Amino acid sequence: MIEISEISIDLRNEDDILIARQTARKKMADIGFGSADQTRMATAISELTRNVIKYAGEGVCHIVTGTSSSEICIKVEIEDYGPGIVDVDKAMEDGYTTGGGLGAGLPGAKRLVNDFQIESQPGLTKINLEMSRPHV
Amino acid sequence: MEIPILKLKNILLTSIQSDMNDDDALKYQSDVMSTLEKSGAKGLVIDITAMDIIDSFMARVINETARMARLMGARVVLCGMQPMVALTLVEMGRELIGVDTALNLDKGFDKLVKMFNEGVD
Repeated sequence: MIEISEISIDLRNEDDILIARQTARKKMADIGFGSADQTRMATAISELTRNVIKYAGEGVCHIVTGTSSSEICIKVEIEDYGPGIVDVDKAMEDGYTTGGGLGAGLPGAKRLVNDFQIESQPGLTKINLEMSRPHV
Repeated sequence: MEIPILKLKNILLTSIQSDMNDDDALKYQSDVMSTLEKSGAKGLVIDITAMDIIDSFMARVINETARMARLMGARVVLCGMQPMVALTLVEMGRELIGVDTALNLDKGFDKLVKMFNEGVD
């Protein structure tokens, strides 16, 4: 028996960053993720949704949580329709920034989750985050 | 959302709440600076007990606020970091380097007073 729950949050302004990360945290707590994992994922979402607001203006954050008898899992997809990331490999390097920040957002977020996928082209950037733990 | 900045003797005490957005964070930074100037306080305590998430943006704001206050002649202590926040910051490779820290508000005050007495820079 697998239970799945899904929610989408529109990202339009800075307050939506807070809504997205709070929602993910709550969803994770509901299915039994510990507070370290909740904090990791919420922080990664905070980094990435801020990029959406800052560089693309708007986007969507989809949060899917699932539980089976053996595993709990969260998948987050953050997409935007902005100009895209010109050089994804470079953007994943520590300290690389085009926006005057610290260049810690993308590589930092990657370190916090189990799986991190990024696809980007002008008009559509998608980042997938995933975390799973045994169901105890 | 306004973050209260309290003055206790010659120390400014601020407690940042978790859910402040980016504009609030930058406003907080400038409020701290102007209060420092007006009050002539010698120390600043930044309490982050209530923050359950610190991303790289907030880390930068806190770090910069501390450095700005330092430039204005105040001693700064950051206190109350939650264990999970410390874990996440270190894993991300973002640390609040350059800021004196203490476990909690109580110890933060002690540390500041000690800095005043010893004149440590």
